Amino acid sequence: MSEHTLYDTVWENHKVTELPNGQDQLFVGLHLIHEVTSPQAFAMLEEREHEVAFPDRNFATTDHIAPTEAEKRERPLSDGESEEMLSALERNVGEHGITYFGFESGKQGITHVVAPELGLTQPGMTVACGDSHTATHGAFGSIGVGVGTSQIRDILATGCIAADKQQVRHIEVEGTLGEGVYAKDIILKIIQKLGVDGGVGHVYEYGGPAIRELEMEGRLAVCNMSIEGGARAGYINPDETTYEYLRGREYVPEGEAFEQRKEYWESIKSGEDAVYDDVVTIDVDGMDPLVTWGINPGQVIELSEPVPAPEDFGARTDREAAERALEHMELEPGQSMLGYNVDVAFLGTCTNGRVSDFEVAAEVLEDRQISNDVRALAVPGSETVREQCEQRGLDEVFIEAGFQWRRAGCSMCLAMNDDSLEGNEVCASSSNRNFIGRQGSKGGRTVLMSPAMVAAAAVEGEVTDARRFLSDDARTVSPTDVEEVAD
Amino acid sequence: MSEDQHITEVAGTGVPIPGDDIDTDQILPARFMKEVTFDNMAEYLFYDARRDDDGGERSDGSRASSDDESDGEFNDHPLNRFEGASIAVVNTNFGCGSSREHAPQAMMRWGVDGVVGESFAEIFADNCKSLGIPAITAGHEDVVALQEWIEANPDGEVEIDVEKETVTYGETVIHGEVDDAMQEALVDGIWDTTALMYSNLSKVERTAAELPYIEAA
Repeated sequence: MSEHTLYDTVWENHKVTELPNGQDQLFVGLHLIHEVTSPQAFAMLEEREHEVAFPDRNFATTDHIAPTEAEKRERPLSDGESEEMLSALERNVGEHGITYFGFESGKQGITHVVAPELGLTQPGMTVACGDSHTATHGAFGSIGVGVGTSQIRDILATGCIAADKQQVRHIEVEGTLGEGVYAKDIILKIIQKLGVDGGVGHVYEYGGPAIRELEMEGRLAVCNMSIEGGARAGYINPDETTYEYLRGREYVPEGEAFEQRKEYWESIKSGEDAVYDDVVTIDVDGMDPLVTWGINPGQVIELSEPVPAPEDFGARTDREAAERALEHMELEPGQSMLGYNVDVAFLGTCTNGRVSDFEVAAEVLEDRQISNDVRALAVPGSETVREQCEQRGLDEVFIEAGFQWRRAGCSMCLAMNDDSLEGNEVCASSSNRNFIGRQGSKGGRTVLMSPAMVAAAAVEGEVTDARRFLSDDARTVSPTDVEEVAD
Repeated sequence: MSEDQHITEVAGTGVPIPGDDIDTDQILPARFMKEVTFDNMAEYLFYDARRDDDGGERSDGSRASSDDESDGEFNDHPLNRFEGASIAVVNTNFGCGSSREHAPQAMMRWGVDGVVGESFAEIFADNCKSLGIPAITAGHEDVVALQEWIEANPDGEVEIDVEKETVTYGETVIHGEVDDAMQEALVDGIWDTTALMYSNLSKVERTAAELPYIEAA
């Protein structure tokens, strides 16, 4: 078992007691609520005549069903089911005295974008939300876990979850990212190497020089996709980058109180004497941008690699999965993903819907037009992100290039609002899941990639190496390089 | 849900749901989560996978839009062929992806009382525990043999014994594994964690008060 890691320390600090079933009762320091997974939990709470135990530790916003077209955000929402969900959320948080960031607040957005930018997420906290991407919050050195609706009921009623402590795997990311290669590529590489279920039973601790170099928004993208690797939580030890990001944010104390809080943040870091259950090293020197070729996030390659053949995989189950993926994506082994036709470009989500993501995409789009055949959406992760982008004039870059500039929400990541793939459209997406049907159409095909790569795909109408739009001297890959490798 | 409900064994006919890494978006597509209760979830279980598009043209690349809610005829998906089954038999990393409890809720409401699998995604397994659905893991060959047996014996009974950690069908007994916490919870009837943890509320308050980031009330 691990010892002296951040995970061990934060767990001990939040452990209330051991339960008769052998699990630990763990206090949840920050609980985030949205409209899709909470109404049933509030109903169960009321059935039992319980109050919310720690209303001050709960914060709510609306994201999954949020319309992203300004005129569609008028109430009542034109979609009856969405209106019912939103009204239920508003009623529940109102009755229980929970702070709510609704459309009118100017702070609405995806839970995992809103909480970090407001300073709600801080190092050494336990964070839970009825959403698997709660792992995101680990970027601050907190332990974020996605929970189901019954567990939301537990948190509302008791401020706690019943949980089993997991093993800790340290992932040391060595090397330096090349130009046009990003945090998204790091996490895709990790999932390529360790698989979509490699993290089951583990928490991932990300460290090493390539992680230390990342700004907070990049760290959030890495931790966000821990769950795509099967790890329910993933975290990065806090450092000066973390503290500087937090300073001055709305929910972060100032002055002497900040310094005191920082002492706690420093105290929870993995020690020099930390013991891990497992250590994995990944080198990102010379790594090219990654794109998925299949129907789970582990089916991913660098641009310089060809689409694999089923027989390239050792395990029978991986071979079968590759066959299904090739059929759904209409790809042949040995092909390059470069040149793969794209119908839709989608920028946003809890993975890559932050200001720096739109900045890098705008760098690609500046003075360029998207392909006439591409439908392109830029959806800020929060209204705060939207406002900051607009202050920098980024919205104009997107609009002039031919993108639709939208309001905040989860949007086409899972298509619970009106933003959806149709038929068998191919989407170049900065989101996190390429599962069949995920983007709203069961024939739809998703290619996951970084925001720069999405913007470049929108311009070309096909998957292309974004680096050639970013710099004259950056390394780039062409389809012939790849297919020669395959031959 | 009652808090003193002991679940030591579940039994009934089986339904094989083959495939690794079956994610919760397949089990319960997101567009059907726009309801404030779980009441109708059974209807949406594996909604897309269970239906052919118009004219059943799934294999030739012509795919109907999912906006079209007249989404085509039932195909030969196992859930269509094994209606009335109680024990689902699945492969590795079942229930990965989204944390939506809608997925096991839909399975439970469709009739699933227990799941046998090679492995489960963590949040999915947690959700099964919350709902009192035993999830037992067994080796690849045992699981595949069981799936084949169910195909050949659609009316045959499959029994999961939570206490003994076995799955019994025909003359065969598989020795599997039930997560310790799930086993204790189901067998001792303490899988309703709200009541359990609520009784410790004063301890919770003490733990919270010691955390530097919790402001004194």
